[in-house]
Amino acid sequence: MDAMAEIRETFFLECDDLLEALEADLNTMNDGEGDDETVNAVFRAVHSIKGGAGAFALEDLVRFAHKFETTLDEVRAGRLEPTPDVMGVFLRCGDILADLVHAARDETDVDNAVVDGLLAELEELCNAGGAAAPAEPEPKGADDEAPADDLGFQPISLDFGDDDDADSGATTFRIEFKAEKTLYAHGNETALLFRALNDLGAPEISCNTDNLPALDEIDPEGAYLDWTIRLETDQGEEAIREVFEFVEGNCTLTITEETSESSSSETPPDGGEADEMGFTPIAFDAEISLGDEPAVAEAEDSPAPTSTDPAPTPTPAVESKKPTTEKRAEKKQAASPAKATVRVDLDRVDRLINLVGELVINQAMLSQSAQESGAAAHSGVADGLEEFKQLTREIQESVMAIRAQPVKPLFQRMSRIVREAASATGKSVRLKTEGESAEVDKTVIERLSDPLTHMIRNAVDHGLETPEKREAAGKENEGTVRLSAAHRAGRVVIEVADDGAGINRERVKQIAIDKELIPADAELSDSEIDNLLFMPGFSTASSVSDLSGRGVGMDVVKRSIQALGGRISIASEPGKGSTFTISLPLTLAVLDGMVIRVADQTLVVPLNDIVETLKPSADDMHEICGDSPVIFVRDRFVPLVDVGHALGYRDRLENCLGKVIILIESEDGTLTALVVDNIQDQRQVVIKGLEDNYGYVPGVAAATILGDGRIALILDPDSLLSTAIAAPPPIQASLAAAGGAYV
Amino acid sequence: MALTVLAVDDSRTMRDMLRLALTNAGFDVHLAEDGVHGLEVLETLTPDVVITDINMPRMDGFGFIDGVRATDDHRAVPILVLTTESAAELKTRARNAGATGWIVKPFDEQKLVSAIRRVAA
Repeated sequence: MDAMAEIRETFFLECDDLLEALEADLNTMNDGEGDDETVNAVFRAVHSIKGGAGAFALEDLVRFAHKFETTLDEVRAGRLEPTPDVMGVFLRCGDILADLVHAARDETDVDNAVVDGLLAELEELCNAGGAAAPAEPEPKGADDEAPADDLGFQPISLDFGDDDDADSGATTFRIEFKAEKTLYAHGNETALLFRALNDLGAPEISCNTDNLPALDEIDPEGAYLDWTIRLETDQGEEAIREVFEFVEGNCTLTITEETSESSSSETPPDGGEADEMGFTPIAFDAEISLGDEPAVAEAEDSPAPTSTDPAPTPTPAVESKKPTTEKRAEKKQAASPAKATVRVDLDRVDRLINLVGELVINQAMLSQSAQESGAAAHSGVADGLEEFKQLTREIQESVMAIRAQPVKPLFQRMSRIVREAASATGKSVRLKTEGESAEVDKTVIERLSDPLTHMIRNAVDHGLETPEKREAAGKENEGTVRLSAAHRAGRVVIEVADDGAGINRERVKQIAIDKELIPADAELSDSEIDNLLFMPGFSTASSVSDLSGRGVGMDVVKRSIQALGGRISIASEPGKGSTFTISLPLTLAVLDGMVIRVADQTLVVPLNDIVETLKPSADDMHEICGDSPVIFVRDRFVPLVDVGHALGYRDRLENCLGKVIILIESEDGTLTALVVDNIQDQRQVVIKGLEDNYGYVPGVAAATILGDGRIALILDPDSLLSTAIAAPPPIQASLAAAGGAYV
Repeated sequence: MALTVLAVDDSRTMRDMLRLALTNAGFDVHLAEDGVHGLEVLETLTPDVVITDINMPRMDGFGFIDGVRATDDHRAVPILVLTTESAAELKTRARNAGATGWIVKPFDEQKLVSAIRRVAA
């Protein structure tokens, strides 16, 4: 890849960061929480995107960013109030800016009508804000400059090309030039100007030292000299002006063509007829050694060639250096630079993660061999292996942390979804986000984007009522969608909640009956009805709206979440709103599991799901409706599920006595008792996906390789429960779904 | 001897581009991410020319120029301001703040180098 292509790639990466920050800051402003620095940060983000885009000649992007930036500048200057309406425009501009960046990156097109529409809106805002301000010219580059400012400073384009003004023949110019103190203070150097003039021709330079005071009165940083220069050049006056471009405003400059008497200068000559002061012209080539000048040069010991110029020269730094350094050091502490980061190819991280996975398996195998070979429990080998195990775990956690990313960018993308959904449905919606700093595996975040988008759209489209209905219900016009993330017991829990009308259970049930998803006479609990939303083919939208009705139902959402080893549940309260809760593993690579035996099969149950393990006594065991066994535990009746039977390894057990019960808690708090033969071990297992290599198996989340090299299935308790209770009589289903309420 | 140039810009893209252009021109290039960082770099570096962006977090270009001009070691170093603004106002402000000259972004490599050579003693 050549250097520019690489920089281009960097640019788009940087754009992603900038767009993310932009979105966050715009939202802060929209919430009315921003300060001046927020506005500045927004401005900077757009500005940086424009700057980079200009470098790669991405004209559409530059054009839009420029207008956006100009309008933001109105806000920055206090001429435009960031009202909710204005912020609405800005937020949409942020969206379009993102689209334009991605279009430029992928070389695709964007809807020009939308862009032009927004540009027009921005124009309107600009005009409304700075009513008196002249229309901003389109940026084209260096040559496109605004009119002169009030200091009479006319920017001149830098043209270092060889083609001149094509003046016929040489012209002699007379340049009168007097430096101001600021010229030197700003790091300019008269000698360099003369050197540049030397490139145009052979200047005759005479220096007027009349204003030079006596040595003891000289301010070493003062400016006392002026020059008259005769220059014969075949390049035009423009070329001379260019030489003085940087110092204009810090000097008095008059340029006149000798052949004509008229002055074409824009700065009035200062000091009148310099000629008559009797300067002695000296050639620049002869170095500037003004013999009659006092010995400022020696006193100053300036490294610059113009030692005669009282330029501000660096003070000998030896004695002053130390305090300066100390002062700076303090400053450094006060504002430490941003954290150092390294960008690493994701493939490399994944390779590392795979290797760590192998390491975990290898460690397990080693432990098992050591045990089988009869190593004593506290022998050197066993102790060493124990340390090895700890180390493996630490390495694994550190590697996982590399892949972990905050959910913030994902959440930020959702604010756009909310905006679009709100405008499509004519609802007024506010998105509240919480716990954005929670970190989750990168892949989990990526694969969460689609389901979350769908859920957010659903919340706006189906969850929230229209403003009229809200008003009628005595609610605020503006609906709220709350998106939150939190770490809970080794998982990350993401909630999408709306303060809408809640699930219309009668309607949901009727639809399910109409679609023959459930029998017409089914008795369902509220929770069961709510869960009907996750059934394949269910859609409550009476008309397929542009938003949620994209052929994806909540069943697809549920499947995507399950594919990530996650679970989703729903809670709804009429009139108050609905909450969807997603619970996800922090990593997709390794989990802590309990190794169990069932019907001569070795299985793994995710440790996170397990509340308790127990040996049942006969007193605790009960039967409901003849063949639905339950166990009384934790002050409630909990349905018993024989894992061996549920997975088809054996017939239903007649008696669970002598078996081991594993109490599992679902995301919604439902308890279920799994019946297994015995518990073997508790260990970390490496997750090997089953779906990629085989296919989805109900009740099974994935597979793993055990220490003895054999494959064991990892159970998905939730899915196992629905499998186990799909066939049995409805009473058991309702019991399971009702969350183990008192029977 | 190669000219030493310190370029201060908060945009990674722009820093990369400056590094490329200036390295190609044979300069010894040093980079900083914003004004605060730039001043830190100047504690140990004595560049021949400094280039700085204006819009930067923590400390913008104006603040940076002020800071440089307030040092004992670098008060007279030529400072070129990078600007995409077409408004002359910004250049005036930059000059009033003590900038030596400016370079308009997007810059042409040749112009950039010429501008540096123009102000470098």
